[in-house]
Amino acid sequence: MKFKFDKQKNEEKIERFKQIIQNHKDKKGALMPVLQGAQEIFGYLPAEILQLTSEELDVPLSEIYGVATFYSQFAFIPKGENVINVCLGTACYVKGGQEILEEFEKQLGIKAGYTTDDMKFSINSTRCVGDCSMAPVVIVNDDVYPKLKKEQIKEIILKYGGEVK
Amino acid sequence: MITVEMLEKIRQEHRPMLEERLLKEDKVVIKDDEIVLKGDYYKKQYRIALKNCGIVDPGDIRDYIAMDGYRALAKILRGKQPEDVIEDMKASNLRGRGGAGFPTGRKWEQSFKQASDKKYFICNADEGDPGAFMDRSILENDPHAVLEGMTIGGYAVGSNQGFIYVRAEYPTAVKSLKKAIEQAKEYGLLGENILGTGFNFDIELRLGSGAFVCGEGTALMESIEGKRGMPRKKPPRTSHVGLWQKPTILNNVETLANVPVIMNKGVDWFRSIGTEKSPGTKVFALVGKVANSGLVEVPMGTTLREIIYDIGGGVQDGKVLKAVQTGGPSGGCIPASLIDTPVDFESLSKIGSIMGSGGMVVMDENTCMVDIARFFLEFTVDESCGKCTPCRIGNKRMLEILTKMTNGTAEEREIEELKELAEIIEDTSLCGLGQTSPNPVLSTIRYFYNEYEAHVVDKICPSGVCKSLLRYNITDNCIGCRRCVKECPAHCITGKVKEVHVIDQDKCIKCGSCYDVCPKNAIKIG
Repeated sequence: MKFKFDKQKNEEKIERFKQIIQNHKDKKGALMPVLQGAQEIFGYLPAEILQLTSEELDVPLSEIYGVATFYSQFAFIPKGENVINVCLGTACYVKGGQEILEEFEKQLGIKAGYTTDDMKFSINSTRCVGDCSMAPVVIVNDDVYPKLKKEQIKEIILKYGGEVK
Repeated sequence: MITVEMLEKIRQEHRPMLEERLLKEDKVVIKDDEIVLKGDYYKKQYRIALKNCGIVDPGDIRDYIAMDGYRALAKILRGKQPEDVIEDMKASNLRGRGGAGFPTGRKWEQSFKQASDKKYFICNADEGDPGAFMDRSILENDPHAVLEGMTIGGYAVGSNQGFIYVRAEYPTAVKSLKKAIEQAKEYGLLGENILGTGFNFDIELRLGSGAFVCGEGTALMESIEGKRGMPRKKPPRTSHVGLWQKPTILNNVETLANVPVIMNKGVDWFRSIGTEKSPGTKVFALVGKVANSGLVEVPMGTTLREIIYDIGGGVQDGKVLKAVQTGGPSGGCIPASLIDTPVDFESLSKIGSIMGSGGMVVMDENTCMVDIARFFLEFTVDESCGKCTPCRIGNKRMLEILTKMTNGTAEEREIEELKELAEIIEDTSLCGLGQTSPNPVLSTIRYFYNEYEAHVVDKICPSGVCKSLLRYNITDNCIGCRRCVKECPAHCITGKVKEVHVIDQDKCIKCGSCYDVCPKNAIKIG
């Protein structure tokens, strides 16, 4: 997918991010909270923002890249408007989480970890979300769908304004 | 800021209000001093770490105080030396609930004896084992128990800076902790000059970012330091050289929730519960194909049968129990024949599994053990940090073999190769993740060898899970309606109207379309 980080459009967000850097700058181990802040504000880690972080925290960009790629919560491509998290923890897996994931992938035409071209949906397969007694579980944005059945998936996609096959 | 006397006053004033509210909601039974949740599911449990969950309002510190909260801390700060607290901890023999079972008191003592200008006390709330959610429940529903446990620990080892490392997947727990820390500070139960005794202890939250290996102690510390979460070599132990090279204690959430209760009710009381070598209780996340899933806290030494059948109500939908998986990706699969095994650290490791953080996944006849081993390996390969070779490359090779087994291309000798590889990885990996990653493989080979044989020799999956090994066949129930012929994307079904159809096995892609559309359920998977 193609995308570009627009500095002008994101001016207000960049200011907010700079504030986060200021709050953590003098603390030990500031890099993680700062990257987490960037991920939250921008939805991913734009290269321009990592450059800025490097300058402000005085940490080499290569080191930041090393840290950012280590943790799965950091993304280098933008997230879609709606983020579908399919839990693949053991309890969900035993109860058919994999099939649920495959159905979402089939319906939206993208693999887990990607975003649809219209930027409407992203699919993630997540680690155990701790709702094991409700397995299989899918979380769309902040909405939790417990004990999900394959047949309900089309309905969910439609609910968030998507198209189904 | 409040004093010890004011704390007692709040307790006495707020307790009747709490009891009244709970009785009105009709969800508890109050007997003497004890408040316990109502219902059969709770009746057979013994709740220590979870004692306040579902009872107190996590957003109101007075509820926690009413349940004897911060009483232990007050007692200790007022009249006990750090050495005495450590002695009590050692005598209680509370063992780490995060999985390894290391005695908490001994850990504290090591850090206490280490002279240093700065010491750290960390709560490991990076509950990463899939299928375990007891820590999440405690953090969300009873955050003050963790804060109090940490403060007591900080006092004992001589630390004034605590960290809670919470995984990013638990946003509600983070919110709950933030609020609890704020309230505790407001009441003078955390921060400077706690309860006017001159003891300072602060707690800071640090968030994980989705790396399972950060549950390992040294990796967690690297992560707090702002680096890639890769484990360090040991020794030195972290209680000597830990976070920022200072002596550091790392305790699990459930362990810390036990601390205030032990200090309140005494060592003898605690030792009267559970077994000789593993006193107290353990919380299990009973999930999978079980009738009543949820958190179960029982005395150590309770058998798997009691947990799964008496509390969990047995296997879902009347199916047959095949195995119980304990300890997550580091644990093993226990076959149904060993269901009378008592659950404690020693007994579980004897049969090739581990206690782990307490995940307990029930599996029925429809679960394929080879596929489960592959599932866990896939997890480990994904989460391996890559620092040491056995884990980085060895697990990858194991996963390749297991994948070949599940798609029917493995050879018979590969079962032995898998076993050999597993043993080498176990012996030579750097950290706990690699050392335990072969457990799911070894335990399934040990107890379910016939399933491995079925996959590699007969090329069938007895549980009907592994897609490539499935065979779709049309039985005599077929009425020849031709629905499946139209649906089949591979055009491999032939047959005349009103006659039994046939699937060409060579062309079949095992998509299951025919199975889904058949109005007579005439298609069998085998």
